[in-house]
Amino acid sequence: MSGPSTYVPKSALGRWFESRLPVMGLVHSSFIAYPTPRNLNYFWTFGAILSFMLGAQIVTGIVLAMHYTPHTAFAFASVEHIMRDVNWGWFLRYAHANGASMFFVAVYIHMFRGLYYGSYKAPREVLWILGVIIFLLMMATAFMGYVLPWGQMSFWGAKVITSLFSAIPFVGDSITTLLWGGFTVDNPTLNRFFSLHYLLPFMIAGVVVLHVWALHVVGQNNPAGVEIKNVQRDAVPFTPYATIKDSFAVVVFTIVFCWFIFYVPNYLGHSDNYIEANPLVTPSHIVPEWYFLPFYAILRAIPSKLGGVLAMFGSIAILAFLPWLDTSKVRSGAFRPVFKVLFWVFVVVCCGLGYLGAMPAEGGYVIASRILTLLYFLFFLSLPFIGWFETTKPVPATIADAVLAKSGGSVALAGAAHEKP
Amino acid sequence: MKLFRTSSLLAAAALAFGALTMANPVMAAEAGPTPERQNWSFAGPFGQFDRAQLQRGFFVYREVCQNCHSLSRVAFRNLSEKGGPEFSESQIKALAAEYPIKDFNDAGEPIERPGRPADYFPKRYPNDDAAKAAQGAVPPDLSVMAKARSYSRGFPLFLLDMLPGMAYQEHGVDYIYALLAKGYTKADDEKWNAYFPGHTIAMAKPMGDGRVDYTDGSPKTLDQYTRDVSAFLMWAAEPKLEERKKTGLRVMLFLLVFAGLLYFTKKKVWADAH
Ligand code: HEC
Ligand code: HEM
Repeated sequence: MSGPSTYVPKSALGRWFESRLPVMGLVHSSFIAYPTPRNLNYFWTFGAILSFMLGAQIVTGIVLAMHYTPHTAFAFASVEHIMRDVNWGWFLRYAHANGASMFFVAVYIHMFRGLYYGSYKAPREVLWILGVIIFLLMMATAFMGYVLPWGQMSFWGAKVITSLFSAIPFVGDSITTLLWGGFTVDNPTLNRFFSLHYLLPFMIAGVVVLHVWALHVVGQNNPAGVEIKNVQRDAVPFTPYATIKDSFAVVVFTIVFCWFIFYVPNYLGHSDNYIEANPLVTPSHIVPEWYFLPFYAILRAIPSKLGGVLAMFGSIAILAFLPWLDTSKVRSGAFRPVFKVLFWVFVVVCCGLGYLGAMPAEGGYVIASRILTLLYFLFFLSLPFIGWFETTKPVPATIADAVLAKSGGSVALAGAAHEKP
Repeated sequence: MKLFRTSSLLAAAALAFGALTMANPVMAAEAGPTPERQNWSFAGPFGQFDRAQLQRGFFVYREVCQNCHSLSRVAFRNLSEKGGPEFSESQIKALAAEYPIKDFNDAGEPIERPGRPADYFPKRYPNDDAAKAAQGAVPPDLSVMAKARSYSRGFPLFLLDMLPGMAYQEHGVDYIYALLAKGYTKADDEKWNAYFPGHTIAMAKPMGDGRVDYTDGSPKTLDQYTRDVSAFLMWAAEPKLEERKKTGLRVMLFLLVFAGLLYFTKKKVWADAH
């Protein structure tokens, strides 16, 4: 799609550098000339929002790390020191803690977007799988970050989740010992989690580069789910069209983000995490952060420990197989009446699992968790069959036609716009 | 196109909302009744502390709670800083000097010297075992207590607490107020508390009407004492609350204007594309 760049720098120095390392040409072809489908809706701004959030987490995290002490005796106190004595420390800490939540809000919307519009289908399988890898890395990063303030939920959450690995036959206990750096969650655990929590975001950044590279090879999907056929009619150049739209969306998202930072900074957290970790006192309910709750519900729905662990990891792993599970010839859910219904049922199932993950694992809640877990997997397993029997609605031939049908007007040829600087 | 846009934005909002639905609704199942909401001057986006109330609350802490509880993350100097009780520097100097602080003299021998504004409130007991031996249970440090307790209004009501116009973060102080002012309801059992999880609390009712001498004419009642000390504990847990909300207002105004400008720019740029 992007092809070799035709970009020629204006200055002599620029041309000299460009002929040695064509980095400006890369930027130009990726973020300026890159053709984006003209019919994208605001769901397509979440990629930019996610990039912004990753940057925000890295910047706030690096400054927090300058003041934080990864030791069981000092971690909790050092976070309080950040909140009380470090200039703007309260802002950094609230921005980082709420930033993790906002990151997940954005990634869930981004993923459901991909699911609805069939963005995982050929030729975007690798792009999609890279996304699943980013999601896994994000979960690992956020889990380890939550341990760092060394509150009660930090400690007990770490204990519950790391203990899961002991269910793996033969090697389980060794893995758990390795994660702990000993025989229980203790100072070595906190040290390695801090080290990995610092490392993983940069690995995420690396995979994001691959993700965007893959995107720019195959091009963006769009609500109509048809490829760009005529660049002049179907696409607009990334700059200024996508740049201005993404900027607007990022700022709107930042307003929501700032609402949490400045006015309800502890809403998404758990009050028990303001109690310093105490290995001798178990909290009455151990709950993970909200973004893990659906998976936590799946974990607890299965009566056997190993079965629960397999189901939980399976519920994420199955996402990677989506491109081959979905057999439909039509890409966008907008033209798939049966899929559309199932999609919304799936969204409700996921929210339901989230609710159940926060409830005690007893009585009716367990039964409900089992039913919803079953439905969760049934959604994926039904996809091959739906693809075969579903009667789809007519798909527009081109993106320009889709825009025409929606606006009822004529498509102004953006050719002229292309020539504009 | 317009309609489609709005509907997709609505769906995005619903999704985000759905995701947030899962936040944090669990509280100890065996906890007592849900504490009642109180009117706190510091609640809401424009909320600020009531200076006189923080000063009174500190006196209650010093006269009553300090006999058992520590406040070890707070330094004396904090009491004179902006956004807090804002005692004068000389008041703080005198106050700090009342507390014996463990230190070493020039010869390296352990001594006790009068406190200085830069010192932190000393620990009430040398360690948890000593505290437990004296009180039957460890009286928890009160520095972050106002954020370390909460209650849930249950699904779906708790969702409202995050929304603009309804935002509410004062669950911790509501609990402290309920615990001390409303919880001790059995005259024959001073260790029974309606709001404490499990109801048997090691802290016997710590105060009643008339226990502390207020000099500013405020009512010398348990109700007033508890409100004041709860507000003081909120400040102790969140000393940057006022700064946070004031900064928030400026940031929000800026972002709203910026978003507006971007919106119109975006409209203009896209005008020829559809
Ligand atoms: C005579 C000693 C004593 C005094 C005075 C005292 N407390 Fe306590 N307090 C305790 C003990 C002991 C506990 C631990 C209770 C338990 O765990 O059963 C406690 C617990 C608490 C708790 C935590 C309850 C919970 O949910 O775990 C709060 C809040 C509290 N006290 C506030 C205060 C305040 C405010 C004052 C001053 C008005 C005060 N206390 C005065 C001994 C005392
Ligand atoms: C993918 C990006 C990241 C995510 C999702 C993430 C998530 C988190 C979470 C959930 C916490 C706990 C916050 C709390 O409750 O207090 C945390 C804490 C922390 N993180 Fe990160 N983080 C990210 C990136 C980083 C980076 C890049 C660094 C350092 C370079 C960093 C350094 C820290 C430190 C020092 C803490 C402890 C201080 C605190 O608890 O506030 N984080 N992180």
